[in-house]
Amino acid sequence: MQKNAYLGLGLLIVVLIALPFVLPNSYYTDLAIKIAINAIIVIGLNLLIGFAGQISLGHAGFIGIGAYASAVLPAHFGLHPAIAMAVGALTAAVIAGVVAKPIFKLKGNYLAMATLGLGIILNIVLRNEAQWTGGPDGMSVEALSLFGFELSSDKQWYWVVAALLAFSVWASLNIIDSPFGRALRALHGSEVASQVVGVNVVRYKVSIFVLSAVFASFMGSITAHYVGFVTPNIADFFHSIELVTMVVIGGMASIFGSIVGAVLLTALPQALATFEGWETVVFGCVLMLCMIFLPKGLVPTLSAKLGKGD
Amino acid sequence: MMLSSFFQFLFSGITVGATYALAALGFTLIYNASNVINFAQGEFIMLGGMLAVYFAQMGFPLPVALVLGIVLPALVGICMEKFAIEPVKGADTVSLIIITIGASLVIRGLIQVWLGKSTFTLPPFSGDTPIQILGATLLPQSLWVLAITAVLVFALWYFFSRTLTGKAMLATSFNRTAAELVGINTDWVLFLSFAMSAGLGAIGGILITPITMTSYDVGILLGLKGFVAAVVGGLGNGLGAVLGGLLVGVLEAMGAGYISSAYKDAIPFVLILLILFFMPRGLFGGKSTDRV
Repeated sequence: MQKNAYLGLGLLIVVLIALPFVLPNSYYTDLAIKIAINAIIVIGLNLLIGFAGQISLGHAGFIGIGAYASAVLPAHFGLHPAIAMAVGALTAAVIAGVVAKPIFKLKGNYLAMATLGLGIILNIVLRNEAQWTGGPDGMSVEALSLFGFELSSDKQWYWVVAALLAFSVWASLNIIDSPFGRALRALHGSEVASQVVGVNVVRYKVSIFVLSAVFASFMGSITAHYVGFVTPNIADFFHSIELVTMVVIGGMASIFGSIVGAVLLTALPQALATFEGWETVVFGCVLMLCMIFLPKGLVPTLSAKLGKGD
Repeated sequence: MMLSSFFQFLFSGITVGATYALAALGFTLIYNASNVINFAQGEFIMLGGMLAVYFAQMGFPLPVALVLGIVLPALVGICMEKFAIEPVKGADTVSLIIITIGASLVIRGLIQVWLGKSTFTLPPFSGDTPIQILGATLLPQSLWVLAITAVLVFALWYFFSRTLTGKAMLATSFNRTAAELVGINTDWVLFLSFAMSAGLGAIGGILITPITMTSYDVGILLGLKGFVAAVVGGLGNGLGAVLGGLLVGVLEAMGAGYISSAYKDAIPFVLILLILFFMPRGLFGGKSTDRV
């Protein structure tokens, strides 16, 4: 890992530890938890989009798989939430793997279409199988207890999610610097060239897609337990778009950018919620303006401006 | 009777499929001119229907309302090209996709604020006495949809094969640099593609409104299904887009009739996954090679 990355990770941990003492009330704690959850999903998605150069427009589908595994399996089959979570992650991994293999022989727009289709199908299934999922109204989720200790208060959830975020950042920074990460960046640069030097392009793309799907599913489970309720909206197309946007606005191929993207786009809709109807307009404008004026994303653009030496 | 319900599903499938075909043609036009997948295509369909309804309710005669419902979305398409696509020419696929998604949110949001969340409809162009054919009923509006779509497809074919502007657009889609070298104004081509594609989408939206009704949020699914149709037809292939649209419409109607109406909206997306798995270039797409 580079020195800068360590510095960034250290700074992040300091902020995460300090934050609960600064946040004025539970509304902001709740917002911080949601931001952290999104940040982890976005980091996983950025590994796929930013480092491997592949786009997924159906990532919310994988979040939905995790969330509903944690909701349905304990409620209908009496499974322990931890096992349900693992089953969800495994299901997401299998679906991602099965779908990815033929799709990753294609590229660009076709992949966007395939992931989009997958996400929409999953969403429609969740809405229609009401006897299991509660249909469009959703269903409630059991509380999460680990080793006989039940997670209930916002503060407890904050520490769990903050720890997960710090761990994800650390793990991702390591992945990027591993031979696996270098192979990924190589195939983003030029697929043909990386094939020539012996990178198995399809296998690497499939692995990173599966990994990001597992990130998403796991965080879907966490969201379900934290909120205590799931609706099919968690898996809808718009949510997938929000996630991709967080990646792009924060900065593709920038782990810390993903966190910035998650902070901005999670907080923005909350801030705009009072302007009935206008929030979609403002959200759309922000997307376009960012892409037109900051095409590389916030963090890479700013860090290039600040420290030309890096 | 078995056969009559088959024809019933076929008719409604072809009618909706014609709208998908127009949307798919819109995707194809823009994709060929700029390699952009325009995720705002569905919003042009919505704009066409909603604006026509608005002007009709304002008291304008129906033909005037319809023309405004086509021209205004075309202007929106032009603005979108001018202010959002042209400044980022040459950006990568992901950035372009995000920009068009941003544009679609702005359009949908503004219509929602302006005209509200209610569902609207237009009167059918020539009455609503159903016609009996082969034991199935066909709405006169369906005939309008099919006839106008057929005329548009023919007009487009004529435009691309017989006029200089059309040939310039084709040349740009084959090789942009080469087209510029022989003196084609590719910026103008891009401009025209957005106007035409928005107009086509709006016409589709207007034609289908008397049958399926419209509201601020119909663009999302209509647009995505148009995209499916374009990919089914082999992205960039005009005839493929039309056939793809009809195929998606018919399969969706058959699926809704014979399998499950609850899963109607999933059918196009299951279809697209199967096609991408087994025939990655679409049903009518050619072979392609990578340039290094």
